[in-house]
Amino acid sequence: MRVPYTWLGEWVKVPWRAQELGARLTMAGFELESLEPAAPPFTGVVVAEILSAERHPQADKLKVCRVSRGSGAPLQIVCGAPNARPGLKSALAVVGAKLPDDVVIAAAQLRGVESRGMLASARELGIAESADGILELPADAPLGKPLRDYLALDEAVLTVNVTPNRGDAMSILGLAREVSALRGRALEVRAVGGVAAAHKEHFPVQLSAAAACPAFAGCIVRGVDNRAAAPLWMRERLRRAGVRSISPVVDVTNYVMLELGQPMHAYDLKRLERGIKVRLAQRGERLRLLDGRDIEADRDMLLITDARGPIGLAGIMGGERTAVSPETEEIFFESAYFSPAAILGRARRVGLTTDASQRFERGVDPTGQARAIRRALELLLPIAGGRAGPVHVAQSAAHRVKRPAVSLRAGQLNRLLGVALPAREVSAALSALGMKVKAAKGGWRATPPAQRFDIAIEADLIEEVSRIVGYDRIPERDAASPQLFRRLPAEQPPEDALLEALASRGYQEAVTFAFVDPSLQQRLFRSSAGLSLANPLSADLSVMRVSLWPGLLKAARDNERRQQQRVRLFEQGARFEPAAGGSAREIATLAGLASGARLPEQWGLSKAERAPVDFYDVKNDLEALFALTGAPAAFSFLTDTHPALHPGRSARVLRDGTRIGWLGELHPGLAKELDFTYGPVLFELDLSALAVKRAVHQELSRFPQVRRDLAVVVDESVTLSRLAERVTLSTASLLRGLRVFDVYRGPGLEPGRKSVALGLIFQDISRTLTDDDVERLMASVVSDLRESLNARIRE
Amino acid sequence: MTDLTALTGQALAEVAACEALAALEEARVRWLGKKGALTEQLKSLGALPAHERPAAGARINEAKAKLQAAIEARRTALERMQLEHELAERRIDVTLPGRGEEAGGLHPLTRARQRIETLFRRAGFEVASGPEIEDDFHNFEALNIPPDHPARALHDTFYFPDGRLLRTHTSPVQIRSLLTHGAPIALIAPGRVYRRDSDMTHAPMFHQLEGLVVDENVSFAHMKAALHGFLQAFFERDLAMRLRPSYFPFTEPSAEVDMSCVFCNGKGCRTCKQTGWLEISGCGMVHPNVLEASGVDPERYTGYAFGAGIDRLAMLRYGVNDLRLFFENDLRFLRQFQAAFA
Repeated sequence: MRVPYTWLGEWVKVPWRAQELGARLTMAGFELESLEPAAPPFTGVVVAEILSAERHPQADKLKVCRVSRGSGAPLQIVCGAPNARPGLKSALAVVGAKLPDDVVIAAAQLRGVESRGMLASARELGIAESADGILELPADAPLGKPLRDYLALDEAVLTVNVTPNRGDAMSILGLAREVSALRGRALEVRAVGGVAAAHKEHFPVQLSAAAACPAFAGCIVRGVDNRAAAPLWMRERLRRAGVRSISPVVDVTNYVMLELGQPMHAYDLKRLERGIKVRLAQRGERLRLLDGRDIEADRDMLLITDARGPIGLAGIMGGERTAVSPETEEIFFESAYFSPAAILGRARRVGLTTDASQRFERGVDPTGQARAIRRALELLLPIAGGRAGPVHVAQSAAHRVKRPAVSLRAGQLNRLLGVALPAREVSAALSALGMKVKAAKGGWRATPPAQRFDIAIEADLIEEVSRIVGYDRIPERDAASPQLFRRLPAEQPPEDALLEALASRGYQEAVTFAFVDPSLQQRLFRSSAGLSLANPLSADLSVMRVSLWPGLLKAARDNERRQQQRVRLFEQGARFEPAAGGSAREIATLAGLASGARLPEQWGLSKAERAPVDFYDVKNDLEALFALTGAPAAFSFLTDTHPALHPGRSARVLRDGTRIGWLGELHPGLAKELDFTYGPVLFELDLSALAVKRAVHQELSRFPQVRRDLAVVVDESVTLSRLAERVTLSTASLLRGLRVFDVYRGPGLEPGRKSVALGLIFQDISRTLTDDDVERLMASVVSDLRESLNARIRE
Repeated sequence: MTDLTALTGQALAEVAACEALAALEEARVRWLGKKGALTEQLKSLGALPAHERPAAGARINEAKAKLQAAIEARRTALERMQLEHELAERRIDVTLPGRGEEAGGLHPLTRARQRIETLFRRAGFEVASGPEIEDDFHNFEALNIPPDHPARALHDTFYFPDGRLLRTHTSPVQIRSLLTHGAPIALIAPGRVYRRDSDMTHAPMFHQLEGLVVDENVSFAHMKAALHGFLQAFFERDLAMRLRPSYFPFTEPSAEVDMSCVFCNGKGCRTCKQTGWLEISGCGMVHPNVLEASGVDPERYTGYAFGAGIDRLAMLRYGVNDLRLFFENDLRFLRQFQAAFA
């Protein structure tokens, strides 16, 4: 909220300069967001009067003016403004004046006529967005007075943040109450006199939804001139508070709202049909709002209606049919109380946030309706004339807003804050906020003032006390830390160790968004659509990722475009697998990708080491992760196909037979589509599947181990795991290890066959194996491989 | 019998002249081998009179021993020379880079999170987590933010068609943890959160740190000490902290936490908009309604909660001036943060 310093000063004595005021408000919960002068800096501009304005001899649109600034000889000023006329008081920038945007005024010849200064518009002075001509000042403006002083343009305008619980503070009056409380006393609110009624008419108002609208003050004003402009001082105040000037009637309602916090509305009385009824909307009721939009009201929306139908969306915006115009001469002022429950959320539902809706949602002083109208009359009549009738208030006594007293226990106050505050100080703080405070057993009972909607329980009072006393009065106290031990299950994924392992193997961790481009995801995962957001930020961030691959692939490609030839990235985070009924399973996931050369560019590498990274390089990285679980043997890789992966170079990853992820090279088709030079190798694992298996010691054999090598020729389709399975079966428990030390294809072998060189390591736990034992084992391995896998043994 | 002294002298000279181990070996064979010149001398002893033999034999053996020693000494010298030569030949350029894989690293946000977790764990907090897709109850209602509450407008929530949402803060973990474990409790919950907002200082996904302490007599004073202690530990320096009143529906009283600007030490600079303060966290005493919604008796227990942006903490610690850098995954950016436990 924007607060012109002098406006606040009209309602409360402010003992602090603007900066200090801002600091105090900040520490009371109203954060100062900015502090700026009412106008941008300029110098050398004074109040002056145009004595004469003649046509420029050489230019139709220019005038040659004689301008007086009170003292000294009149100055000759050439001016192009259409409103430059004799007798007008305006702003004169003298020679040497410096205007905003660093324009310096110099004496000049304009089409052959000398001009010794410039008559300035509001826009040129930085106090309006646009202007039709030079600034028009009131006739009583003192000649020669610096304009900054005359218009108080050096006054500070504070922008303070009012939190949503403090609707009562969304006004000059509300903040005046806070300032007063900070000075230690409750504000004595200046009386608003109003004007004497000039006629007796009042407009009938019926409250048909009295819980939602228990009070509605109205007043008829006849004979208003709404064509006049509101006076400069009022327009300036509004401008400083951030509101555009429209017409006297509208300006006055805005002024009152800003000042007292009570939103008002003015109807063109001639367009109102018979009486007003405040009621809930009926199904399908439509209304054209002031901004020209048509809305259909929901049945929980409160409407202001007349005999012809809706004329306003209560507390949010008036309707077009009954709006005031420059021609309006007779008006009906509305100043109503709408309960927050009746307004909350409605404005947003129709795509609006208005100054009025913000205030009604948060709570407007339920006792301030008549006062607001009196204030409006007090302001309007001197500006636009007119004859006001009585201020008539329709109200429902049964629905009057009640403020029950709230108890505050001294013990609870001290316990919650951790400091013992003197009783006197506590009650003084609450009283300063306008509460009625009574001593009670062990504490107090405080009745909040009508305008406070945020005080209902003890904690609310504790907050108020601590806020006024100051949070800096509360000391810092170390907790007596409880020695609580909760069980630490070993069998969890060793998250930090997994990350460090990948980092030490050359991977850099990435963080990508959890929502991705649906078209990319669709291309990678055909079947899984992913959970769509109802209100995404943009189309390319509209679907929850079913895998971390879309984000990683995008990051890899971005890095390739940044001339990174070798990319190794990983990410940990949730992926969201669609589940039945439109929901999703959130799965903690560890995924990564490697592209480019197997090793970073360096000297002394073999040709093989310079090759692009492939399946087996990344498989080795995964094996390093599996080792951290303490159960590497539990993991296996199963030939399987995935739409995103190379059909011959992809595998499902299993742990103890359960599917836990994928490893594979990006499908070459996709690699091409996505513009990769080298298709990356991708992996993705369920993090929970990397849980540690608690290590348990196994008896070690004290007897020597024996190694025998064996080269077997088998069909290409025979995988190592198939071979290993057979070897294990026929060696019982004596096989301690199985190494693969070569895989050969080519000359000397039949097409479609490969030779796999195996190293078998045997050991017994209870005795030394004899040559005979080992020969028997080897014989059984060989005969089994021949039989089951059609293997040939290479000699 | 030839002159033994001359013979020995000649042998020693030859040995000394040997420049290679092979030549030395040849010389040894020539002089001391089975048919070597000195060995031959022993054979000629038989020609001497018996009484001269012992003395002559002793002289020959002495000469042999002397030559033997000389050969050994020469061998050692030659071997050493050869080794030195070989070592010199195998000299390497120690400034060539090491071979193999280069180091990767963790994301600065992970580093910051680990640092935060370490500090809080040492102070007796546990680390908790919760789902990122939340329901209205846990994200709003249980946190005292009923439907249509104005505070909801500040949250810019991402919704799913069925009404569930991406959590807008880590506060739902408060509710979940209390419902599961009850009081007393002391936890932090770091995690990803989402808001429909994107510009220089906002990303639609970011990281929050939630803190919650509930026990029988937890006070605002405890909260102040914990937050101040954490900030000083995280930034490894003494810094001023102030709390100023604010509003969160789930705490009462509520506060914003400002710390003295880490760039100008509170003197005022561009980062702190000349105020000397940086807003770093929101906090407050857990609202009785929240305790009740979490099955905790607000008469028996009190508690405090806080939330801070991990991204912001990381930006300040590592001097990152644009939030978006964290999510662009530019390797050149990420590689700056390879230091462990930074």
